[in-house]
Amino acid sequence: MEQAKLNRLKKIAADVRLDILEEVHSASSGHPGGSLSIADIITYLYFEEMNVDPKNPKDPNRDRLVLSKGHTAPALYAILAEKGFFPKEDLKTFRHVDSYLQGHPDMKGTPGVDMTSGSLGLGISAACGMALAAKIDGKDYRTYAILGDGETQEGQVWEAAMFAAHYKLDNLCIFVDLNGLQIDGPIAEVMNPAPHDKKFEAFGWNVITIDGHDFDQIAAALAAAKTVKGKPTAIIANTTKGKGVSFMENQVSWHGAAPNDEQYATAVADIKATL
Amino acid sequence: MADKIATREAYGAALAELGDKYDFVVMDADLAAATKTGVFKKKFPERFFDCGIAEGNMVSVAAGIATTGKPVFASSFAMFAAGRAFEQVRNSIGYPHLNVKIGATHAGITVGEDGATHQCLEDIALMRSIPGMVVINPADAIEAKAAVEAALNINGPVYLRFGRMAVPNVNAEDYKFELGKGVQMADGKDVTIVATGIMVNMALEAAKLLAEEGISARVINIHTIKPLDKDIIVKAAKETGAIVTAEEHNLMGGLGSAVSEAVCEGCPAPVLRVGIEDKFGRSGKVQPLLELYGLTPAHIVEKAKAAIALKK
Repeated sequence: MEQAKLNRLKKIAADVRLDILEEVHSASSGHPGGSLSIADIITYLYFEEMNVDPKNPKDPNRDRLVLSKGHTAPALYAILAEKGFFPKEDLKTFRHVDSYLQGHPDMKGTPGVDMTSGSLGLGISAACGMALAAKIDGKDYRTYAILGDGETQEGQVWEAAMFAAHYKLDNLCIFVDLNGLQIDGPIAEVMNPAPHDKKFEAFGWNVITIDGHDFDQIAAALAAAKTVKGKPTAIIANTTKGKGVSFMENQVSWHGAAPNDEQYATAVADIKATL
Repeated sequence: MADKIATREAYGAALAELGDKYDFVVMDADLAAATKTGVFKKKFPERFFDCGIAEGNMVSVAAGIATTGKPVFASSFAMFAAGRAFEQVRNSIGYPHLNVKIGATHAGITVGEDGATHQCLEDIALMRSIPGMVVINPADAIEAKAAVEAALNINGPVYLRFGRMAVPNVNAEDYKFELGKGVQMADGKDVTIVATGIMVNMALEAAKLLAEEGISARVINIHTIKPLDKDIIVKAAKETGAIVTAEEHNLMGGLGSAVSEAVCEGCPAPVLRVGIEDKFGRSGKVQPLLELYGLTPAHIVEKAKAAIALKK
């Protein structure tokens, strides 16, 4: 892609990462690691790919996104705020008792959130339902979902995978955020879900493997997914948990921990240094 | 008495009939022949989706469809719809308050020969504990059919509990179903029998037996367990001074519990409960099972007399 566009996306993704850090720091709680790993994917989706309008968040013809790995809500809230669905200053209220920014996404309370999620495995099924509804109604919107790699240990993910292929949901495209870590340790040690590509292929999906931090690869994969008929697409995105923050990268301990003031300052400096 | 019809039969027939009038989707998990959603499937194949034997996925897919504005009926046996998929019902449908109706058939002990794994005796307790969930347990085919349309006319989650066994109609053909309103089926002054589902007919039988002994029993049909018609129950407690509940469900958490809560808060009076006494079911023909587990008019009569004896 041309340099200006790439620079713009990198700037937005950096802002998203700063927002994520602000959210979890303000809350003294939340999940920075997996939020940072999907920052580039979610930036491309909302700023280049998806047909969404912050002024009309319930547009029946909009594209949808289900954050199946709902604990990384900070990334979703960050991109929705950057896009203008709600004020950026509200991000500071994340996880506070009087806030509409719940610890996990709540479609009833937050503009732009297409599906309540948080309990792992449920989101991909809901995305299947949205994609099926488009088929029933002859609508051409597309449905996206972002799953965690650890999340694929949930049996329901594979029930949904079977369902999507069976009903030929080619209007459904999921990302598997393959950052390799879950709360209890590396996914390969806790309960190895690999190989994701062969599993989704065996379930009848179109599979594309990319570097989830490379905007050109994200763009190419999404473009390719749209050309495939009769099959849903799974984009297996190799990512780095905690991406962009030196002391968080590839550290299991930053799955669900918030930085203290000193760590926050270091993290912000790390992200700003990339600009 | 009219021919006996199972409420699940009425469910399937109602879906097929209402499909002409309303735009909704029906899903099943490989039990369409048993839940009777197959009747809808035959008439509207383009609006029916089998999910295979994957109830959790079915419930969450239904939620996803409902986000687009289309009501969905998701069907399976009560054991799997309310039991296996409880967490999906709570988190995918209940919490976002989506317009999905759970059509749960084969509830209770009257599943019969299949035995304990398939006899769901906990579904009312599970479903009524979910905020915003409406819980309906129809007494006969007439009420079941009306309940399906009533469920379609509210925008939110509804749990519909249907049975496998054919039951006699206790309601007239011109019966008007009112969601959330108890129905006084017979008046009486000594005791009130509050029943739900298949136990309504048995409550009416019990009232006749009590009348033969000079005891006047009021009978109330609670088809909507949530929201509960507290007024009709508190009024009955005030006017008759003793209550007996009857349900085909574990005594913990079902109708008996809901009625006890209402009576304790509204007009304390003795409440005795007929139901499954914290046990699992077992295989057998329906009638011997009902006798073994204490779900007969005779058991209601016994509890009614005991409740009257507890009056101050």
